[in-house]
Amino acid sequence: MSTESPSRVWNRKHILGLEELSAEEITQILDQAAEFKQQAKAGVLKLNSLRGKVVANLFFEPSTRTRTSFGLAAKRLSADTVDFSPSGSSLSKGETFIDTAKNIEAMGVDQVVVRHVTPGAPHLLSKHLKASVLNAGDGTHEHPTQALLDIFTIREKKGTLDGLTVTLVGDILHSRVARSNIWGLKKLGARVIVCGPSTLIPRDITQLGVEISYDLDAVLPESDCVNLLRVQFERQRSAFFPSIREYAHLFGLNTERASRGKEGMMVLAPGPINRGVELSTEVADGPHSVVLDQVTNGLLVRMSCLYLLNQYQDRQAERGEA
Amino acid sequence: MTSLLIRGGRLIDPSQDLDRTGDLLIRDGKIAGAGDVAGHVDEEIDAEGMIVVPGLIDLHAALRDPGDEEDETTFTGTAAALAGGFTSIACLPDTTPAIDNRAAAEFAILQAARARNCHVYPLGAVTKNLNGEELAEMGQLVDGGAVGFSDGKNPIHNAEIMRRALEYSRMFDRPIFNFPEVEELSRSGIMHEGYYSTLLGLRGMPAAAESIMVSRDLALAEMTEGRLHVTTVTVSNSVQQILQAKEAGVKVTCSVTPHHLALDDSTLQRFDAAFKVNPPLRSQDHIDSLIRGLKDGTIDAISSDHQPYSVEKKRNELDEAPFGIAGLETVIPICIQTLIDPGHLSWLQLIDKLSTRPARILGLSKGTLRENSTADVTLIDPDAEWTIEPEQFYSRGRNTPFAGWTVKGRAETVLVNGQVRFHQGQLLSRANPVA
Repeated sequence: MSTESPSRVWNRKHILGLEELSAEEITQILDQAAEFKQQAKAGVLKLNSLRGKVVANLFFEPSTRTRTSFGLAAKRLSADTVDFSPSGSSLSKGETFIDTAKNIEAMGVDQVVVRHVTPGAPHLLSKHLKASVLNAGDGTHEHPTQALLDIFTIREKKGTLDGLTVTLVGDILHSRVARSNIWGLKKLGARVIVCGPSTLIPRDITQLGVEISYDLDAVLPESDCVNLLRVQFERQRSAFFPSIREYAHLFGLNTERASRGKEGMMVLAPGPINRGVELSTEVADGPHSVVLDQVTNGLLVRMSCLYLLNQYQDRQAERGEA
Repeated sequence: MTSLLIRGGRLIDPSQDLDRTGDLLIRDGKIAGAGDVAGHVDEEIDAEGMIVVPGLIDLHAALRDPGDEEDETTFTGTAAALAGGFTSIACLPDTTPAIDNRAAAEFAILQAARARNCHVYPLGAVTKNLNGEELAEMGQLVDGGAVGFSDGKNPIHNAEIMRRALEYSRMFDRPIFNFPEVEELSRSGIMHEGYYSTLLGLRGMPAAAESIMVSRDLALAEMTEGRLHVTTVTVSNSVQQILQAKEAGVKVTCSVTPHHLALDDSTLQRFDAAFKVNPPLRSQDHIDSLIRGLKDGTIDAISSDHQPYSVEKKRNELDEAPFGIAGLETVIPICIQTLIDPGHLSWLQLIDKLSTRPARILGLSKGTLRENSTADVTLIDPDAEWTIEPEQFYSRGRNTPFAGWTVKGRAETVLVNGQVRFHQGQLLSRANPVA
């Protein structure tokens, strides 16, 4: 089966970040994901698109949900999968990161899904591997599929991104989700506000076309969507705020705060959520929350990325034979 | 009595404010005359189209010997120095074990004698094992040949230790080289803190981490009247402070590297560890200040800050790869491109910063073409076009951000003690000795 329309051909070997994708490419990924959603509703859960292909999940940083989501996405497309999650850094075993990846590629891998603690690690791999590389989060740089699923979820409920105000709340400095969201949201025409403690919002971020606020209560009434980023305790090298209590006091979304938000305000959170810190349990499980839709959509968006990269490879192979 | 005539080159000697076409006569390893030389000579080198300068002198270069011979050895490092036009280098003490005692200093000199490439003058450690806690035996180090003191890339973070080092070294009239960085502010950083670090999600190393340390050291140098050398100045505020301190009579000198002039922090967008260096590549406004500082004389000297690393160490994720650039072999063309071609410095000024001043800072009677001085001489072909290929380096370090650049200018012929040690890309010393 083919869902490819001739006017929209995917022309990228790797998906490393949303910075380099155009609005059209982002839309193409979202549309493809929407099509998978339609098919799933019609009962078609398993597709043959990647039959005989191998997708390697290289997770050099602990992950549960993203790894599971990618693994299931590959299986839904009938790909064979290999998982590699070293306990420590590759160097501790005396092997370089590139050698590790090359060894796994030598087993006949077509696509490599990589998560790594260092920004740029997927970019480094893309220079040394023949396989397509899909960035599943590189340090504090980008996490393209997370942003795509956030944007997909917003588009699904609101119809369009154009003209919406989306507020990203929390630790912007250490958030790859924030960076990818900013690129994607801006490209699709949304207004973006970043809101959080002043120690966790780099001032240069305004050069990416976003507005800065340190007052959540002030921006909630104008926000169509709020995306509550997880406080990255593990990435902080020193104390960026005095206490979790104070963070929750200033930036935690509870029922009372949410009630002051704009009519129909959507609440997103990339998870895993620290309940009682970024958002209260009532809000997380409340009517505004789309947290579980995000998880469902994450699978579809990842299927879409794998599918499009595979389409690129198949076309290259055909060209090679012709 | 053997004599050698370097004929018809453009003689440049900042120590005599000399810039003229002429001949240079060398007899028995010493310079015997400059200008129009007549009479019999044993040997001649045609230097037409060449710039003839006192051999270049590097203020701080890492040789990694002993301890990290996979990165560099004294032989390969000094060969790289010759290929870059350097006839003398001051080597950093951050070897394993460190040069923190007389025997280690003497070993560095012995290794250089065995290699028979260029002169090597050790910088002794300021503190034992470079750990910043206890002064090394500086007097013993001087007796072993140390020309100055440094803790390598470890900033001397304890102000009390820095004070005592500046005071104590006055007895020997040797400078203290400090690496200006407040570690608490730049810890686990990868690059300059600014727009690009925000964009890339790479941890930033703020400009203030450098200028705060410069500020502290200048105050201590003023108080103690000791000699301070600030290695690798990279930010505007440091340059301003050093200028003011010099005007106030503080005994301070400082140096900059060619790569901090040629490259800015936007290069990290490639996520290539070849651009990972400490201090980090800064933004253009800082680069502009460095160039102004070179022009007005605030910045005394240019050093390669040679930091060679083996390919397997550098070809890694940015977090894992070490900081540093193997710079010795690309100093001349990068300086031509960043300073001579845009008209920022004259050749006389450039050679002052690459030879005459470094000699003065290190207390060496070099960096001159005066009669009776040691005939360490470099012939530079300023127009030679070439492509920088790290595989062709003499250094074991292939870590250059300039790979693939087509540049002009390189050392054509290098003489040490009046002997031709390097000519047209070839090393003329003995083969690599087993030492």
